[in-house]
Amino acid sequence: MKNMVYLKDVVTLQFNEGQCSGCGMCMVVCPHAVFGMNSGRVQMENKDDCMECGACSMNCPTGAISVQSGVGCAAAVINSALGREGSCCCVIESKNDSSPGKNTTCC
Amino acid sequence: MNQPFVTGFVQTPAGIVPKISSDLHWPDHWGTIKARWGVGRMHYTVDPGLYALGEPNDQSPVLVTANYKMSFDRLREALSNRKAWILVLDTKGINVWCAAGKGTFGTDELVRRVEFSGLDQVVSHRRLILPQLSGPGVAAYKVKKSIGFNVVFGPVQAVDLPVFLDAGLKATPDMRQKTFPMGERLVLIPVELVSALKWYVLILPVFFLLGGLGASSGFWNNALNHGLFAVLNLLAALAAGAVLTPILLPWLPGRAFSQKGVIMGVIMAGVMVVFSTTYLHLNVGLLEILAWFFLTPALSAYLAMNFTGSSTFTSLSGVRKEMRWAVPFEIIGGVAGLILWFGSRFVV
Repeated sequence: MKNMVYLKDVVTLQFNEGQCSGCGMCMVVCPHAVFGMNSGRVQMENKDDCMECGACSMNCPTGAISVQSGVGCAAAVINSALGREGSCCCVIESKNDSSPGKNTTCC
Repeated sequence: MNQPFVTGFVQTPAGIVPKISSDLHWPDHWGTIKARWGVGRMHYTVDPGLYALGEPNDQSPVLVTANYKMSFDRLREALSNRKAWILVLDTKGINVWCAAGKGTFGTDELVRRVEFSGLDQVVSHRRLILPQLSGPGVAAYKVKKSIGFNVVFGPVQAVDLPVFLDAGLKATPDMRQKTFPMGERLVLIPVELVSALKWYVLILPVFFLLGGLGASSGFWNNALNHGLFAVLNLLAALAAGAVLTPILLPWLPGRAFSQKGVIMGVIMAGVMVVFSTTYLHLNVGLLEILAWFFLTPALSAYLAMNFTGSSTFTSLSGVRKEMRWAVPFEIIGGVAGLILWFGSRFVV
């Protein structure tokens, strides 16, 4: 079966070809084959398959990829909207300010 | 050190390292079952550090994993009859992918754990094999720069490791993709059910007893009619949103999970009407039926929406976009349904 896809035209993934060195790490770490190689150049081929996990931008040594990474989890969005720490592991805040003491209970 | 799966110790230049086997025993399987049902899932951990699988030497590969016991078990059972070093990071008992997203399975923790374990004295090579799904937390080029170890991202699933290792650390395109097949959806259902049932044990008796109040015959007659119908519909909503929508996910129309949940909820509300009147011979009114055609789909949509967190392909931007219409819909549907239901019981 073809992979399931979520909503169209919504992800924040951006790829700047000019900064790409062609190392291909994005193609290795992406779990949804968003990137592909075409005659030696990396291309963003399946943008709507992106789930914004952030693996590509994390592993891009030249900073050619940007994405507002996060976990696509409705319970986490509700918890953060209500200001609760919540019963879910998924935290919406960027991982830079992850407070280690956060009491979380999912995943 | 005092962990039941440790079978002995091996001597290394960096000190004593606990030895483990790739054979799982019934406490390991029982632990998996409990965690899948949400029992003790947040404290199902392994001590972080280096472990020896089989009789590894200084040439053996180093595989890195999280200190969630289920992650650790999936890795070691995939490596039967092999020699390897297993480096367990401290991810606070969270699985690889979620921990990588949070940053606890991250570059800093990996660097710290490699240094702390004295791995550079244990192996003569400089290569770490990481699960691909740790990519959101670990920047391979930063690890290389920091401690000189090359990070190789292995396959998404541990079960593909033998083929990956034998192919000279090469993954096929399929090994690099995270799918969401039926089996994976099924094992995630119990946790959804358990978290919903915590609310249900409160809500079900309330609706059953409220059904007893109001017009027509005596309290228990009413409860066994309208209250029972309410309980059946609430259970139908749970089945629709937390069981049937996850199972039928690829085939239900639409992309938003809430939409799939609404469709399943309407179907189940219809099934409940037929079942309750035909087989249980319940005497329910039109307004009451209408009420549940609001409540059941709204509740089912909410439960289905929450399954986005378990799925492997939803983006945060997408979930936010879905919630902008889905949450108001669920609230309005729920309130309208409640008004209709109370109207059918106490007004008309």
